[in-house]
Order: sequence, then structure tokens, then C-alpha cells
Amino acid sequence: MTTETHEHHAPHGLPDWAWYVGVPLAALVWWLVYGQLIPFSEWATSLFPVARDSHTGEAIAFFIYDVPKVLLLLTGIVFVTGVLRSWFSPEKTRAILAGKNQIWGYPFAAALGVLTPFCSCSSVPLFIGFISAGIPLGVTFSFLIAGPMVGPVGLGLLYGLVGWEIATIYLIFGFTIATVAGFILGRMGLERYLQDWVRELNAGPVGDLPEERLSLVDRLKIGVEQVREIVGKVWIWVLIGIGIGAAIHGYVPEEMMLRIMGGEAWWSVPAAVVVGVPMYTNAAGVIPIVEALLGKGAALGTTLAFMMSVIALSLPEMIILKQVLTLRLIAIFLAVVSAGILATGFLFNAIL
Amino acid sequence: MKTVKVYGPGCTRCETTEAMIKETASRLGIEVNVEKVADAKSIAMAGVMSTPGISVDGKLVHAGGLPDAAKLEGWLRA
Repeated sequence: MTTETHEHHAPHGLPDWAWYVGVPLAALVWWLVYGQLIPFSEWATSLFPVARDSHTGEAIAFFIYDVPKVLLLLTGIVFVTGVLRSWFSPEKTRAILAGKNQIWGYPFAAALGVLTPFCSCSSVPLFIGFISAGIPLGVTFSFLIAGPMVGPVGLGLLYGLVGWEIATIYLIFGFTIATVAGFILGRMGLERYLQDWVRELNAGPVGDLPEERLSLVDRLKIGVEQVREIVGKVWIWVLIGIGIGAAIHGYVPEEMMLRIMGGEAWWSVPAAVVVGVPMYTNAAGVIPIVEALLGKGAALGTTLAFMMSVIALSLPEMIILKQVLTLRLIAIFLAVVSAGILATGFLFNAIL
Repeated sequence: MKTVKVYGPGCTRCETTEAMIKETASRLGIEVNVEKVADAKSIAMAGVMSTPGISVDGKLVHAGGLPDAAKLEGWLRA
């Protein structure tokens, strides 16, 4: 081959100092822009030939305020999460969990589920990797439930759009459901309901990859890479979610919301779960809807149940898991997690 | 002739990885035979938990995320 010396142009061929200056600078710009969102959205809404306090005016204002806000929050959260998660990997997590059969293996697995980077597309190899390393089924479930349920994107957006109180409640209950559901599933002795080939798989070979030494700049690059990949993928769900949120905010009358999703209607909690499970979106798409629902007076328990079932239980994921779990085990899994979600919903509707 | 396997269930990143390997190999003038492994069982048996994973001549060199361009060159040259 010809001269290769000039070919080492990685996509991020910036010198290190540019990262050390650029990232704080970007954070500063982010912060300044974030502070100007209200004046900007009010100004942009005033350009539309509709009265600000009309239904349409309210919906437009909601949309114009939420789109840049959610995208900014999403970018920030994904970047920070990407950098933090570069210290974790499924391989390391497996090594940590492999020795933990005691009771606190469950909360530990749930915590690692939040911190370990993995995409739902590789949940099957991950599941097998865990089981074959001797990690108990229940502990593996705690890990797999917590990952999506209390993901940083959902929590961060909840914090930014709805407030810290509800974000904290969501964190505590989401984490508890993941831990307790894993524990219950573990006690049920469900190993026999794994697909045959998974049970026959003896301790799989552990991929003995040399541990990579990453510099801080490498980790920052991972963060940027994550932003590009995730924001590039979910922005359309964000727009759809905000569109629905804006329609609810502008047009749905409050009396109607109270009748359907108010605390008085006991059936609203199971209905929220039934509606939520087949809905396939991600946290970034559902939180703007949650924001609008709560703003219109929907009961907190019902809304939490809706949000949890949309984020944590999804049909496509069940279909992926069908490769390793029998239908019976999937049904039990769904039932146990749904029970936790229902309990959370009823509890909050009862105490508030 | 090197045999390179890409382990992944067919996500976008797996396809990008495959394209990167082919592009790098042809740029370096190395003959490779790139195989895609998409079956969950085979992925797991190879010890890959985070996809895409890459093995060169039977040796696992990478798991999880897009490979670094410089490292990829190194694996193909080795």
C-alpha cells in the first residue's frame, strides 16, 4: 500500500486540549441557551396569528417550549451518562454479580442495570452471558428490569419537565419494583421454563478481552458518540411525544381528564398499564406526555403506572426475549412486574 | 486470508462495523472473509455479551460498540 502515515484521521481527530476546552465551553453555551427558553418560546409563539390563551395558542406554546428543552436535556443527559458508563461494561458487571447469590445481589443487580451500558438489541446475548456464568435468574431479571425502568434519560427528563419530587418518587419505586420483582421471580424456581437450549448451555466461555485503558478524552469521545447515536435515533419519538403532549395541554378539558385519569376512577390504574404495555416509545417520548397529563390534573398514581409500563415493559422486547424464555416464563415475568406497577399506582392514588 | 466474524443481531452498529472492516481491509490490501453471526446462541457461545463483537481468526478482539479505527487496523494487520 501507499503512504499510510497520513491516513490516521479518525473522525474525532482533535488534539486533547481541544476537548478540555471544548467540553466546558459547550456546557456553558448549553446552560446559557437553556436559561433563555421561556422568553424565546413566548416570542416565537407570539409570531403565530392566534391568541396566546386560546387552545391553539396554548398547544403551540407548549410545543415550542418543550422541543428545544427536551432536546437540550436529552443531549446533556446522554453525554454525561455516556461518559460515566464508560467505566462500566456488561463483562465487568457479570464478573461482579457472578459471586453474589445473597439477598443483596438483587438491589446490586438493579443498580448495575442502571449503570451498565447495553442496548435492548443485545439483551439476549447478555441474558445468556449472565445465566451461563451462574448468575441466578432472579438477579438477572432485576438487572434487566432496572435498565430501562430507571434509565437516566427518563429520570433526567422527569426532573427537568415535571420536578425533582416526582423524579425521586419514580426513582425509588422503579428501583424497588426491579429489586422485588427479581427477588420474587428468583424464588419461584423458574429455571425450568427457560428455552431448552439455554438450560443445556453449560458455563459459557468468558470472553477474555484485554481490559482497555481509556483516557479521559476517550471517555468524552464516547459521550459525544452516544449523543450522536441516541439523539439521532430518538428525536422523532421526542417530536411525536411533545406533539401529543401539546394536544393534551391545549385541547383536553380538565373535567374530562379528571374523569378518565383522576384518582376517583379505580380502574384507571389497570387501564393505564393495559394501554402502556403495547405502546412502543422510549422515555424521551413519553415524559412530555406525562408532563401534560399531570398538568391537566391526572392522578399521580395513574400517570406513574402509565409511564412505568410504557418504559419498562414493551412488546418488542418480549419478542426478543422469546428466544431464551418460554411463553410461560414471559407471562409470569409480565405478571410480576405489572403487579408491582399496579401496586405503585394504587398506592399513590390512595395517599394523595 | 483472514476470517473475521462480526457478532450482532443485525443492529445498525453491527452493519456499520462490518462496513468498517471491509473498508479498512481493502485500504490496507489485506484479504478478509467477513462473516456475520446473527444467531443469539452462537453469539453467546462465542463469549460475546455486548454487541457488536469482533473475532479475527477465531480470537475475540472486541465487544460492544463501534471499534476504534486505529485498533481495527492493528487487528487486521496482526
